[in-house]
Amino acid sequence: MVSTASTSAAVSPESLPDAHGRFGAFGGAYVPETLVTALKELSEVYETARHDPAYVEELHRHLKEFAGRPTELYFAERLTAHCGGAKIYFKREDLLHTGAHKINNAIGQVLLARRMGKPRVIAETGAGQHGVATAAVCAKFGLQCRVYMGAVDMERQALNVFRMRLMGAEVVGVEAGQKTLKDAVNEAMRDWVTNVRDTHYILGSALGAHPYPMMVRDFHRVIGKEARSQMLEREGRLPDEIIACVGGGSNAMGVFFDFLKDESVRLVGVEAGGHGIRQGEHAARFEGGKLGVLQGCKTYILQNADGQIELTHSVSAGLDYAAIGPEHAYYRDTGRVRYAYACDDEVMEIFQLCSRLEGIIPALESTHALVEGVKRAKQMRKDEILLINVSGRGDKDVNQVAKLLGVKLF
Amino acid sequence: MDRITQAFARARSQNRAAFVAYLCAGDPDFATSLEACRALLRNGVDILELGVPFSDPLADGLTNQLAAQRALEGGMTMARVNELATALRTEFPEVPLVFYTYYNLVFSNGIEAYVSAAKAAGLDALLTLDLPPEESSDVAEACARHGLKTVFIVAPTTPSARLPVIAAAATGFIYYVSREGVTGVRDSVAGGIPEALAAIKKHTTLPVVVGFGIGTRAHVSEVARHADGVVVGSALVNVIRDHLQNRASIAGAMGQKAADLVAGTARA
Repeated sequence: MVSTASTSAAVSPESLPDAHGRFGAFGGAYVPETLVTALKELSEVYETARHDPAYVEELHRHLKEFAGRPTELYFAERLTAHCGGAKIYFKREDLLHTGAHKINNAIGQVLLARRMGKPRVIAETGAGQHGVATAAVCAKFGLQCRVYMGAVDMERQALNVFRMRLMGAEVVGVEAGQKTLKDAVNEAMRDWVTNVRDTHYILGSALGAHPYPMMVRDFHRVIGKEARSQMLEREGRLPDEIIACVGGGSNAMGVFFDFLKDESVRLVGVEAGGHGIRQGEHAARFEGGKLGVLQGCKTYILQNADGQIELTHSVSAGLDYAAIGPEHAYYRDTGRVRYAYACDDEVMEIFQLCSRLEGIIPALESTHALVEGVKRAKQMRKDEILLINVSGRGDKDVNQVAKLLGVKLF
Repeated sequence: MDRITQAFARARSQNRAAFVAYLCAGDPDFATSLEACRALLRNGVDILELGVPFSDPLADGLTNQLAAQRALEGGMTMARVNELATALRTEFPEVPLVFYTYYNLVFSNGIEAYVSAAKAAGLDALLTLDLPPEESSDVAEACARHGLKTVFIVAPTTPSARLPVIAAAATGFIYYVSREGVTGVRDSVAGGIPEALAAIKKHTTLPVVVGFGIGTRAHVSEVARHADGVVVGSALVNVIRDHLQNRASIAGAMGQKAADLVAGTARA
């Protein structure tokens, strides 16, 4: 059922994207003219920074001291016993400061903003984790911060809205469209077009125009690098399969990247199946999406016959988005990464199971990976190893889950 | 001579700037939109930019976002947009029609199909907001094949080194966006327009129009002194917004507004 395709072996993962930001047929930089020069500047600044030992040293220092890296590799003993198959490990990105992997990228980009001398930062957020991470780094470095968030997401992630405001960020609700992540990105782009001279846009996923998909991926590669050496140290070998959830796809690209060349390691991305694969009720771009261009890049997009972007739905705000990162589209087409989806009801069930069995409350986003992980572990042999990236913690989701379960908290 | 070249030549011979009007096709419904466009063209508008409504217009301000939303809710589709253009082309054989669109609409059903349908509907040019010259070769080839012209944007943030790239890509005219930001009416006209136009003119013989934030006759008049054409969008869309309760009154109000603004194009 899963092929460890060798088709991708010909092209080195490090050689992508090309100079135009393309991963094969995907990616690029489809933006209004006003932003073209800012993106070029960002590309150049990033290219210089990543080869500057002082930048790299500072990045690593903040990842350690501020974010709390490295994160642990955790053997999920009771979940393993429950499934009765493969040995299940969690990569514990949920342990990071601010609660999710998003802080890796926020630190990397805020250092670039300082390097460019831009005093103002904007960001979009869905579940609020990227917004919280951005608010935190802006507080730490004394930069002005404004976060755009869909009005629907502000309601379902009210706790994160308050956290951002506590850290001094201005949170702006977006009432346009369906009032979720996509609309927040539109609004952030409009802000950036208007204030591009003094503002850096910290985009939070492996999405958008070049260089964002590449840069965001690079900042999250630390997840896979750590997991790889931790697994070798613990088990003396690589995992057989790695599973991660995919909204835009930043945590997945981060954990997958340093295993792309290991053909023995199966890689699985899990999209949001929402209420099921029916128009407007899910966010599984590889199920019913088609090639298009949205918010800066060419990729698979949920859209109607005319090219209008479809409504999406997921219980998790962070996966509730109509497009997928272009690098995922590339590895899906080469067959190197397999994509599955998990539906809301499965997510609710496994959210509770993981909490009960492991004492770890995962983010609803990450729970999508756990749903697929539980299914796969049951099908795998006991001597096989399954690694699940627990990209964030579920504290932010507790109110929403209580509501869905009919539990009154206050 | 093609319609675009002719329109600018005519304006120039009358010692005025060409007036380029923008409306979102199908805002708030097909019939009213058609009447509003007719009102523009009967009141001196030289070139009509038809916005193709898109669900995610990230280069547009609230005025145009809401217009697109009204049009889509009113049942506009690509086929209906082409139908509207065809109706205008039949009635106004001389007036250049330009699609103002987003790339996903052009791309998703095949660039070739989009461009040939636009040509068949009587369009003269294509302006794709989120398609910089670097990404435009497929569209440029299709447009060349079908005899459709291209319009590209120069922004205040565009460095002079990029001007030759943009000038090489454009075949219809160049659109100078006079300020950073999204579309929408502003209190005043941006500074630096004569300098920017002079820099662009070093690289092209095409007409250069100026837009973004221009909403009054005084604004039009100020810009008309320097530019080959003046673009007004949101101020016209606002006429629709302000008369939504009585759609039958939109065309009349639109005609008055157009006549008032067009009067500003005269160069003293």
